[in-house]
Amino acid sequence: MRTVIFRFTIPYLTTLMVLFSIFVLLRGHNEPGGGFIGGLIAASAFAIYGIACGVAPVRRALYFHPMAIAASGLMMAVLSGVASLFVDAKFLTGLWAFPAILGGDVGLSTPLFFDIGVYLVVVGAISSIALALEERESD
Amino acid sequence: MEYAPRMTGIEATTGFLALALPFIAAALAPILTRLLKQHACWPLALAPALAFLFFLQALPTVADGNVLLFGFDWIPSFDVRFSFRIDGLSSTFALLITGIGTLIVLYSGGYLAGHKDQGRFFSFILMFMGAMLGLVVSDDLITLFVYWELTSITSFLLIGFDHHREAARRGAIQALVITGGGGLALLAGLIVIRELLGLSSMSDVLAAGDALRDSAFYVPILILVLAGAFTKSAQMPFHVWLPNAMEAPTPVSAYLHSATMVKAGVYLLLRFHPALGDTALWTTILPLFGSVTLVVGALLAIRASDIKITLAYTTVASLGLLVMLIGVGTEAAITGAVLYLIAHSLFKGGLFMVAGSIDHGAHTREIDHLGGLGRAMPITFTAAMLCALSMGGITPFVGFLAKEEIYAALEQGDPWHIALMVAAIAGNALMFAAAFVVALKPFVGRMPETIHHPHEGAPTIWLGPLTLGVLGLLGALFYGAYHDYFSSPMASAALGEPVAIEIGWVPHLNLAFMLSLLTIALGIMLYVFATRLRSGIANLLAAIGWGPDKGFDQAMRGLLRGAFAITGFLQSGRLDIYMTVTVILIIAALFGPMVYMDAFPAMPDFPTLAFYEWTVLGLVILGIFAVVIAKNRLTAIVSLGIQGFAVALIFMLLGAPDLSFTQFMVETLSVVILALVMTRLRLSAADHRPLRESLPDAVLAIAGGAGFGLFLLAVTQRPFDASLSDFFERYSYTIAHGRNIVNVILVDFRGIDTMGEIAVVMTAGLAILALIRVRVGRKGERYPDPTEQTP
Repeated sequence: MRTVIFRFTIPYLTTLMVLFSIFVLLRGHNEPGGGFIGGLIAASAFAIYGIACGVAPVRRALYFHPMAIAASGLMMAVLSGVASLFVDAKFLTGLWAFPAILGGDVGLSTPLFFDIGVYLVVVGAISSIALALEERESD
Repeated sequence: MEYAPRMTGIEATTGFLALALPFIAAALAPILTRLLKQHACWPLALAPALAFLFFLQALPTVADGNVLLFGFDWIPSFDVRFSFRIDGLSSTFALLITGIGTLIVLYSGGYLAGHKDQGRFFSFILMFMGAMLGLVVSDDLITLFVYWELTSITSFLLIGFDHHREAARRGAIQALVITGGGGLALLAGLIVIRELLGLSSMSDVLAAGDALRDSAFYVPILILVLAGAFTKSAQMPFHVWLPNAMEAPTPVSAYLHSATMVKAGVYLLLRFHPALGDTALWTTILPLFGSVTLVVGALLAIRASDIKITLAYTTVASLGLLVMLIGVGTEAAITGAVLYLIAHSLFKGGLFMVAGSIDHGAHTREIDHLGGLGRAMPITFTAAMLCALSMGGITPFVGFLAKEEIYAALEQGDPWHIALMVAAIAGNALMFAAAFVVALKPFVGRMPETIHHPHEGAPTIWLGPLTLGVLGLLGALFYGAYHDYFSSPMASAALGEPVAIEIGWVPHLNLAFMLSLLTIALGIMLYVFATRLRSGIANLLAAIGWGPDKGFDQAMRGLLRGAFAITGFLQSGRLDIYMTVTVILIIAALFGPMVYMDAFPAMPDFPTLAFYEWTVLGLVILGIFAVVIAKNRLTAIVSLGIQGFAVALIFMLLGAPDLSFTQFMVETLSVVILALVMTRLRLSAADHRPLRESLPDAVLAIAGGAGFGLFLLAVTQRPFDASLSDFFERYSYTIAHGRNIVNVILVDFRGIDTMGEIAVVMTAGLAILALIRVRVGRKGERYPDPTEQTP
């Protein structure tokens, strides 16, 4: 599998895929996409990077353990639900703000952070499984 | 009895605070102990001391026959409250718990000075204190049960405090299993009272009069409540955990096994006495269990050579005496029980602490190796004598008041009461002997050469027993106030009607006093022959050979064997069997309802398909075909992807881009991961199995597919209820600011579902990670046989 061409192109492909996954995540509220799909794309990006260049570089690039990323995502999702409790609304009620940034209205909301949480959980959990499997393969 | 209105505002807040204080102190204990070492006992003892003051200031109100109620709704939908009731019964108990608790915290400071886990010990014992305190003042039945269980759990922690010793672990587990089992029975009983009789609190139960006695559920309720009380209060044959609990450090025994934990069952019986008592069943079962426990416990106390074990068995005997008296249930019997309960808490708590001080000073608790300590430990000797005189029922000590009242209660003269009287005299005489074996023998006579430099402990160590001993004397001397504030209100609450106890320390020449003298004479005789008696009982027990303690071990071994056999049967450890069973169940779940309700879907008309639709359908079929005929495994896995992608295409054509998108990604990843797993499993490249093995799998696969197909057809043939999709369409943008309905549903409308799902994803990921990392052990050994190890 580890041909020169594969190893040479994959880092670029991975970069593009991760970028695309973030794009998919952020457009999700209005267009097809969202945290779950975005997470799957990013996870497959890391998986393929691991197949091409070995697991160690992926782990270095991720910096955190993938499970820690997943856990932080779960935490973020829960906290985005807790936020509404402080304004006397029920747990997980969506809160919205539309600050004008760079001349356009940007919708900032707790569901957005919730979706980012979903994204991180999916990325973390799936890539930790994939990476662990790839690691054993190379033993 | 007059009911005060519910306490509110500042009064109720103080009440809650008093109940929470021990828990707060428990949380602070480890930090304080790190900072102050053993001197942390002084600030920590403040918590029970303040709680004691709270109950003390409420005492005059309660002694007048008032009841203090406070609490709040806990789970309103189930009518569960977090509520408390302070009346004569709970007030005296609470004072004993917090008062002795204060002394015990101080005692632990000296006794465990320098122990590396002293902070943890403080924490455990304060937690237990909080639990016990909550238990005796609980009004709501569920609140009561929660505290009841907390005492079981914290006592487990305390008994197993020296967890590196197997005996301590065994004692802890035994106590937990027995008292926890009783706790479950109690829960069942309380639920019956709540759900079938609609009484949710102790106040309801007490106000209901004969409702419990007259109900059709009286017998089950009584048996369940008694199961809880008897296990906790160590009645035969559930008593085994109590002597084994002596593995705990001495402050635990002095506290849990004198005044508190073991009295919880007695408390429950006293509490329920007005509602459940005075029936034929009650007046038979309780005296029967109680008297047997009394006599056997007292005999075993003489048999023991370790003074702590001796005390444990006298506690068993005392609990038997209490249960017997509550069973007799007359006014005199209940007042006798109440007087004995208070007296016992004082003298037994003190004697346990004395036993600890002896251990501390002479480094042994074996009675044969003790003697002549009186000169070196005069304060401990004094405290021991004060407590022992009370335990022996000698005037002017509170124990004397109790014994006079007990004998007066039993002097009816019919055969049943004469039998109980004989049991009471025998038990009391044996306990008299045991008291002086523990409190006199170690201090007099010649000091054996095995003891080096016996010494008095720190003030914290002798303060507790001395205080309790002196209180036992003061209570009898000032018996008017003692009865007014403690025993009369307590007995009134347990009887359900006001009584005034009048017995004093000046003996009167009556039958009870003669019996007292007889008991003392017998006791002195038994004391003199104690050593010979001990070997006699030991021989007898050796001849019997089997006891409940052995029975417990046998039951636990049987439980482990049974669990092992069932697990071995259900968990074969072979993946193909798990898969087959799962698939068969799914097929049954799909076909079962359709066959049972004859709800097979109608055969739909075949739709006319456009060319590109035929192509996609062809792809699906091609994919399946490729999987089935694939020569090696990797090809088969990749071919699975063909079919998956074709399905994704169908979603796309039907206008569900989100679904299609996800299907593509899931399909890709599952092929990658499956391929990785397959290569890791080092299977042979191709799957060569004879037809008779692969045919059943094929049948199952086809049945599963057909089942899902039929199920989907049936679902789509039902009229479609569009109200939900209408709702989402209407509000997706207007209130959730999103045009992608699928996403809005996922992150907003049904966010909590998604939260659960991502938690599952995360947990599954962790589990898979652990499975990948696991090292496969020796071949043929699936998991170790638990029965081969010592539990």
